[in-house]
Amino acid sequence: MDALIPPLLNGSAQGALLLLAALGLSLTFGQMGVINMAHGEFLMIGAFTAYLVQQVIDSSDLSIPVALPVAFVVAGLFGLLLEVSIIQWMYRRPLDTLLVTVGVSLILQQAALQIFPSQGVPVEKPGWLDGQLTVLGYDWPLRQVFTILLATVCVAALAAWLKYTSFGRRIRATVHNRDLAETAGISTRTVDRLTFFVGSGLAGVAGVAASLIGGTNSTMGAQYIIPAFLVVAAGGIGQLKGTIIAALGVGVGLSCFAYWTTGSLAQVLAFILVIVFLQVRPQGLFTVRTRSLV
Amino acid sequence: MTKLKPHLSLGGIGVFAVLLLAVAPSVLTDHWLSNLGKYCCWAIAAVGIGLAWGRGGMLVMGQGVFFALGAYSMAMHLTLETAGDGVPGFMVLYDPLAPLPAFWEPFRSTAFTLLAIVVLPVVAAGILGYALFKRRVKGAYFAILTQALAVALATLVSSTIRETGGDTGLSDFKYFFGYVLNDPANRTMVYLITAGLLVACLLVVWQLYRSRFGELLVATRDAEERVRFLGYDPANVKLVAFVGAALMASIGGAMFVPIVGIITPAEIGAAASILMIAGVAFGGRASLFGPALGAIAVGWGQSSLGSTWPEGWTYIIGLLFIVVILFLPKGLSSLPARFRAARRGPGEPLAAPAATRQLEGVTS
Repeated sequence: MDALIPPLLNGSAQGALLLLAALGLSLTFGQMGVINMAHGEFLMIGAFTAYLVQQVIDSSDLSIPVALPVAFVVAGLFGLLLEVSIIQWMYRRPLDTLLVTVGVSLILQQAALQIFPSQGVPVEKPGWLDGQLTVLGYDWPLRQVFTILLATVCVAALAAWLKYTSFGRRIRATVHNRDLAETAGISTRTVDRLTFFVGSGLAGVAGVAASLIGGTNSTMGAQYIIPAFLVVAAGGIGQLKGTIIAALGVGVGLSCFAYWTTGSLAQVLAFILVIVFLQVRPQGLFTVRTRSLV
Repeated sequence: MTKLKPHLSLGGIGVFAVLLLAVAPSVLTDHWLSNLGKYCCWAIAAVGIGLAWGRGGMLVMGQGVFFALGAYSMAMHLTLETAGDGVPGFMVLYDPLAPLPAFWEPFRSTAFTLLAIVVLPVVAAGILGYALFKRRVKGAYFAILTQALAVALATLVSSTIRETGGDTGLSDFKYFFGYVLNDPANRTMVYLITAGLLVACLLVVWQLYRSRFGELLVATRDAEERVRFLGYDPANVKLVAFVGAALMASIGGAMFVPIVGIITPAEIGAAASILMIAGVAFGGRASLFGPALGAIAVGWGQSSLGSTWPEGWTYIIGLLFIVVILFLPKGLSSLPARFRAARRGPGEPLAAPAATRQLEGVTS
């Protein structure tokens, strides 16, 4: 059990963090076919927002709950800016958006490196996250439990928003069939912008959670973007449940491999697993059925 | 798309060869000649990227992997050659009694090393490409998977200090297949080999582009399903281009080692792989000379601006991606055609966009 329970506990928290990072990515990718490589940097922006909020609000007990919505809005606005300034001109060339956003991510990383100290900034953990739960005799840090709760709340909120609001319906309609949605009178331009705002905002929330678990520095976003995309690829696009299962799978898998072997070998193994998985299910776990050939 | 006539571009390659092989060695100082050699290594990899991405539509974001296969094969051989019969110095540092790792042993042989530089990337790219293309993984999925591979390999190399030198990499090579590397004449020879290989790669893609295969590759890029309906298997077409690109990256990596004298994970990771793409995008991905010239330009910027003004260089590369992809998707090489079209007046439309439909996803 020693080799199983700790990596499982740790891995589910890692999976929850990955899920938060991948949610927004899968939303924007699923709807627009746009791969936003700057998504990781939006996560970084969220983490730095948490730090800045702490400079204003002294008590770390209070600052993290405040930072969550603030980071959502700040990262979301950055995403909106990116959509309006660059991405909206490139919808016909989705593969090229990948490279353009690589450029954006380089610039954001370098800017963060120059604005903030290069070794990163400390984000203080709130007092109520000290301590741990005891699960089957093993310690489970409350920070990890918090990440899981946060991810659950975000997923539930996003699912409810997609399912029950009119905006959510418009987003789902656009994912299913953009042309038909447009014919039906949905302004896909507005929908795209809103999706980008929400997707990037979720990255900001993920950034706050990441700042509580790891370091906050200019390269933190780059660590998350590749695993987050692997989650999106394995989960399939356009549906939340695929992303959830894939995130937990990749998180637990990475954590178990890292526990049994080494961290670097775990990355290689996880990569091989995703490739093998794509052999079995090239569309990912779940996908929206369309009649398009491509 | 305005294409140069085949014989004209062959003449271009000739001019390029004279410049690289005859003019440059007589004009440039040793320092700049070795720098140019380094850019040529990146240019060789870039020609491959042009083949896979520009003509084949496969955005290969992890060419650092194949670059690494060639580079580390060569570096292991040169390290062993320097160490003589013993164990390389950096290994002794960690454990004086450690035996040579088993996978190093065959690299004592010159023939095996040269074979490995060619065979390793072909096998690796063949397996990966077969697995991905046959299952119709394409577009962004393919791009990110290749980049994930580069990240994974760089991490793996970083963490295996005893076997690969870790973050410090492999360096301090004294001999290159028996030639003393300190000797300027030998360094010029290494440069000439590299430049010659670059010219050879250009000739290969020149022939490929005007062959039936080249047509099929472009057709696959622009309308993969239509190619399938015509009875071809696009997976095979893409596989050949991908393997060719991997082979060129490996050759570039192999020559990088004697020229620069060091190989580290930083040269093969995600950032390095993206820098290789930058040159190709800048020069013009689908053109014959664009990738090579773009890579040389970016390499020059990297070693001049990148060392004197590193912050600014990162911004420039970032902006380069944004501006070039947004406004000039076919790169600098499309400028002459644009000017010609502009001079003809607004009545005539520009040539049809080359990258008409980059097919996304695998939602087949």
